Amino acid sequence: MNAIEINNLSKAYKDVKAVDSVSLTIEEGTIFGLLGPNGAGKTTLISMLVTMRKPTEGNAKVNGFDVVKQPGNVRESIGIVFQDPSLDDELTAYENLEMHAALYGVDKSYRKKRIDEVINLVALGKHMNQMVKTFSGGMKRRLEIARGLVHHPKILFLDEPTLGLDPQTRISIWEYIKKLNKKEKITIILTTHYMDEADDVCSRIAIIDSGKIIAEDTPENLKDALGGDVVSIKCGASKTCSEELSKLKWVKSAVVHDGLIDIRVEKGEEKIPKILLLMEKKGILVESVSLRKPSLDDVFLHYTGKTIREQEADPKAGMRQRMAAWGHKR
Amino acid sequence: MNRELEAIYALWKREIIRFFRAKSRIVGSLGMPFFFLAILGTGLNNAFSFPGMEGNYLQFLTPGIIGMVLMFGSMFAGIIVLMDRQFGFLKETLVAPVSRLSIIIGKSIGGATTAMIQGIIIMVLAVFLGVQFSLANIVLLLVFMFLISFMFVSLGIAIASVLDDMHGFQLIMNFIIMPFFFLSGALFPLSSAPEILRIASMFDPLTYGVSGLRYILLGTSEIDFAFSLAAILGFSILFIAIAIYLFNRIEE
Repeated sequence: MNAIEINNLSKAYKDVKAVDSVSLTIEEGTIFGLLGPNGAGKTTLISMLVTMRKPTEGNAKVNGFDVVKQPGNVRESIGIVFQDPSLDDELTAYENLEMHAALYGVDKSYRKKRIDEVINLVALGKHMNQMVKTFSGGMKRRLEIARGLVHHPKILFLDEPTLGLDPQTRISIWEYIKKLNKKEKITIILTTHYMDEADDVCSRIAIIDSGKIIAEDTPENLKDALGGDVVSIKCGASKTCSEELSKLKWVKSAVVHDGLIDIRVEKGEEKIPKILLLMEKKGILVESVSLRKPSLDDVFLHYTGKTIREQEADPKAGMRQRMAAWGHKR
Repeated sequence: MNRELEAIYALWKREIIRFFRAKSRIVGSLGMPFFFLAILGTGLNNAFSFPGMEGNYLQFLTPGIIGMVLMFGSMFAGIIVLMDRQFGFLKETLVAPVSRLSIIIGKSIGGATTAMIQGIIIMVLAVFLGVQFSLANIVLLLVFMFLISFMFVSLGIAIASVLDDMHGFQLIMNFIIMPFFFLSGALFPLSSAPEILRIASMFDPLTYGVSGLRYILLGTSEIDFAFSLAAILGFSILFIAIAIYLFNRIEE
């Protein structure tokens, strides 16, 4: 069965289309990653799936329930971990989970047992009766993941679960996510803009940019589709360089980003001398050269012509993000 | 239905837990009304007497201060929705499979309960200052106190639903809460006030609260008790309706 079926889903805010006719099917049991820069529409897409926002067009089914017509059923069958913290700081960890259990109608006699279960899953058992305001960022995030699981959801949505956390904590959060996907056998849908982490965790990935899904496959297939190697060079006149390189027959593409030129070629190790020779002839000084297999970053660059970081520097993207931000609409 | 009641109970319990946990907040919020009674009340006690006043000034002032405590406590409990929004917790309740109506009801009953507890504490403190009440109508008193609190929590929630952040709080304090308090007849009898104040006080929900409390505690009031009760009920229904409407509008 499919966990999620999305059909031409759109969401417009005045003149900006935050999500633009997205169609997508997600199978049960997958860890599905929605990748894209800030403001690409990830959060808006998710908030429609969790029935927090109504789509302007199209429809979506979550666990077989329509997000517009059966929001109650959808909500009962999913767990959500928001991008921003949503715990009550002045309650203890246990009280937060108990509150959640009550709101989701978890049977009273069973509550304590279930809370023990989920809190131990994220290794917070020792801190159960501690006030949440004493928790570190990573602990809060783990508690939120536990909370999302209390009512046995079939799908867990995680919006940027590792945003703002230090690298070590990020690794441990991903470990928990992988573990509960196996242990609780639930579908996980997450958004992130850490490409390397997504590559490691997700079994399938969709790349979303400007409200549209531009690629969707397993991380391996996405990278393989690019093929070959990436030679990255740093030189003074990147613009002219990339133009020169693009003319060559054996260069699939040469894109400038962050002051580097990424050149996609077959058998990169044989092409490096050729590239250097060409630069030499042109009298351009090459400062550094590196060779790598394509990463998801390259996949993203290939489809959007930009890296995620450059997109974030785009002021329009920031505006989109603010408009899509959770809050009032007046 | 059971689910909704569970949610209401859980939200009510949250308010109570948070209230008792914030001891400094309780002391802080009761400080001002206590000094009103202990200093202003006893200070003016011998100097003041006005036509139609039964007993002394402290006696007259106490129901007004109880009304003030109920209003401050419950308005604040309502406006705290803003903080829930800022700190994200509101989102957790909004995506739960319960109706928004239940969320509002749970919050307002919870907020009203905590305001009532504060009202009762100040009432007990007043007794220590030598104020004498009749407690013949204790049930009526509690019901009436609850209604006043419920009315103002609803107003607080309604206001919180349209404000963006806590910066607006000072505005509410100065332009809604304080005028409500001064106009309510808590400090002076309205019957001897200038016409314009008397008319303005008729639009102040707290006027009916204070008047009703005075009737229940002291047996006299300037406004007929039945009318006060009806006005409080009317304002409660109006405010909760506005609160529900505005709260439902929070994102979408």
